[in-house]
Amino acid sequence: MTRWRPPLPLVAAWLVLLALLATTVTLAYRPLGSFNVVVALAIGTLKAATVAAVFMELRHRGPRTLLFAGAGLFWLGILLWLGTMDFLTRT
Amino acid sequence: MNEDNYLNAGYSLRSWFFTTDHKRIAILYFASLIVFFLIGGAAATAIRIELVTPQADLVSSDMYNRLFTMHGIIMVWFFLIPSIPNTLGNFIVPLMIGARDLAFPRLNLLSWYLFMLGGGVTLFAIFAGGVDTGWTFYTPFSTLYSNSYVAVAVTGVFIAGFSSILTGLNFIVTIHRLRAPGLTWYRLPLFLWSLYATSVILVLATPVLAMTLVLIVVERVLGVGIFDPKIGGDPLLFQHLFWFYSHPAVYIMILPGMGVINELISCFSRKQVFGYKFVAWASLAIAALGFLVWGHHMFVSGQSLLASLVFSFMSFMVAVPSAIKVFNWTATLHKGSIRFDAPMLYALGFIGLFTIGGLTGLFLACLAYDVHATDTYFVVAHFHYIMVGGMVTAYFGGLHYWWPKITGRLYSEYWARTAAVLIFFGFNLTFFPQFILGAEGMPRRYHVYPPEFQVWNVLSSGGAVILAIAYLMPLVYLGYSLFFGRRAPANPWDAPGLEWQTPSPPPEYNFDTQPVVTRPPYQYSPDFAAEPQNA
Amino acid sequence: MPDVEAFAPQYASIRHRDETAELGMWVFIATEVLLFGGLMLGYIVYRHAYPTAFAAAGRHTDIVIGTANTAILLTSSFLVACAVDAFAAETRKICITLLSGAILLGLIFIVLKGIEYSDEYREHLVPGINFSFEPANADGAQLFFVFYFVATSVHAVHMLVGIGLLAVLARLTYRSPDSRHRAALHSAALYWHFVDVVWIFLFALIYLPGRST
Repeated sequence: MTRWRPPLPLVAAWLVLLALLATTVTLAYRPLGSFNVVVALAIGTLKAATVAAVFMELRHRGPRTLLFAGAGLFWLGILLWLGTMDFLTRT
Repeated sequence: MNEDNYLNAGYSLRSWFFTTDHKRIAILYFASLIVFFLIGGAAATAIRIELVTPQADLVSSDMYNRLFTMHGIIMVWFFLIPSIPNTLGNFIVPLMIGARDLAFPRLNLLSWYLFMLGGGVTLFAIFAGGVDTGWTFYTPFSTLYSNSYVAVAVTGVFIAGFSSILTGLNFIVTIHRLRAPGLTWYRLPLFLWSLYATSVILVLATPVLAMTLVLIVVERVLGVGIFDPKIGGDPLLFQHLFWFYSHPAVYIMILPGMGVINELISCFSRKQVFGYKFVAWASLAIAALGFLVWGHHMFVSGQSLLASLVFSFMSFMVAVPSAIKVFNWTATLHKGSIRFDAPMLYALGFIGLFTIGGLTGLFLACLAYDVHATDTYFVVAHFHYIMVGGMVTAYFGGLHYWWPKITGRLYSEYWARTAAVLIFFGFNLTFFPQFILGAEGMPRRYHVYPPEFQVWNVLSSGGAVILAIAYLMPLVYLGYSLFFGRRAPANPWDAPGLEWQTPSPPPEYNFDTQPVVTRPPYQYSPDFAAEPQNA
Repeated sequence: MPDVEAFAPQYASIRHRDETAELGMWVFIATEVLLFGGLMLGYIVYRHAYPTAFAAAGRHTDIVIGTANTAILLTSSFLVACAVDAFAAETRKICITLLSGAILLGLIFIVLKGIEYSDEYREHLVPGINFSFEPANADGAQLFFVFYFVATSVHAVHMLVGIGLLAVLARLTYRSPDSRHRAALHSAALYWHFVDVVWIFLFALIYLPGRST
């Protein structure tokens, strides 16, 4: 059987993800007021970006794949932004 | 047909129901869609008969609710949305881009089976007793109070939604990846730009509908309040989720029709489409902007004023790319060498009827007028002008244009032109009076109305009779042509597209050798000699 | 390895086919983003309307299982990414071991989720079945838990599909580690990572609210 070792970028990404998980749980217990949700989502975004860039190999992909990957997110943004606009602006 | 083609490449049931040939799958869809169109049309017939008199004399109120619901559900999800993409799209897209099939042929077949399964479940709901909520399934009526087969119908639509998603996925990937050598984006026929834009909407909007339908079932079947005001839920959340899909859905329905019109107008004016790039990008603009307007269905629902203003403004904006297309088609006609073949009659009808439908959409986009016109027959007439006057007309036009290619037969030009004219006349007689009814205040989804509205209703129902006959005519003469029509040449219209550079009907693998594209599309000339797109 | 495999006629080469397959999976992932997005909108709307109730309800979720499950999924993604890297005829056994590890972690996730659900049932947190909460926050909390159960069960269904895919691919890798199966594994891996990303956000929205009070 040939030797195979896990590539360093994958290991690093995995450790970073676990570290971010520990961070987000710890920070959730700190009273930051309305920033708690901001912090939680920001760290979540960092974790997601790590998974996307390293595990899903987006960092090696060209503009078309990135466009496709980003399109879903962009449209999600439309749904959430225009969708909440009504609820946030009712008098 | 002496030569081998996709129709005689196997006669067994297995070779049809387990096919992965995009052309055969298109035929499977085509056959199923005829059935759904007839069922939806039967509901419409019952509705128009009831509406001849101001009283409720044909059906009860409850039955009427079920009729217009069935009509809406079947026509929207089981006819209009799959129509051009899954019949003409499936058949023509690989031919038009010079490919041997779509990117994922087995997904294509799965699409059809999901469509049939969804259709079966929905039909079961309808014939077991029906649904009375309207095709829009508004909560809390649909989830808490309706005594009808809501959950079953919703499940059917949910399943069919995955058929839509897979179709869109297949087209997007195919158009990106399987274009023939030399077929750059700006050499694509505009039919493909339109289908691409349609597919973007299919894949991004339909999943939201899927989740919304899941939530309906959760609330209804499990008795768990999500939209229930009694526990603090907001029925408007349902409407936002529903219309986030259902408004772009109307662009799913119309964009393929617009795509077909490009092909017809250019062919029968013997001119390239004026402003090709404008039309191409307008398709994408319609798809993108179409996602930003859904709140115009909710102007009087209790939505915030700011949201209503934003949605109203965006609704005006989305009219712009559609208008650009209409102007470009008109400019294409200008100084063209026009021939009034049946497909051209349909295309011209489309331009007129779609324009009326689109302009009345602007009436409705206007907040102040919408307060008066919402939930009246004005809205009903508006969307029927677009969906029926526009989309169904385009479908028939495309069907006639590509019929020789698909079947290898020529239909009777006399009967085709007659039907086209009759459709145009019958359509206007059916739906124009409904604008007047709406402006006068007749609400939609009512079968009882004040006697002063009767004259318009009678005109409308009379028109519906003519329309029904006109829609049945193609069944007869197209069906006749299948068995007795003259054999069609490869290129009966002398058109330059790649689909015309292969026999009619095409061989199973479309092209003997890979076509190489060297020219832009639509290189027509007035004397009927067109330059084919490949060398 | 020599390129002697056949490929479908609409493709120009194996590479053409495999790159197209990956593109198709990205389109599919975009649809899934919007699928979960609908739930996100509902969550945001109701959290905005009932902030205290959502915080109170969030405190009743099991942070230990939630955190453990997140760590489990992140690790399973790591293993799947490694399996893609290890896909080759010579290292097929390593690849299969890695996939099996990911499958095992996925199953543990499901089991822990099941334990969590039964705990929630015992604590009367299941809307429509036996929901009861402190009256001041009952409505908002019920909406929170509707979101919780719908989102996590839809996610769990996706997990099960993913586990099935990985299992099938482990078997195919064992039988014939050719380029077609490499492309298939690659696509399945993308799907698996995406399901992980969904969980990352679900974790932040479900388990972390209200912890600081």
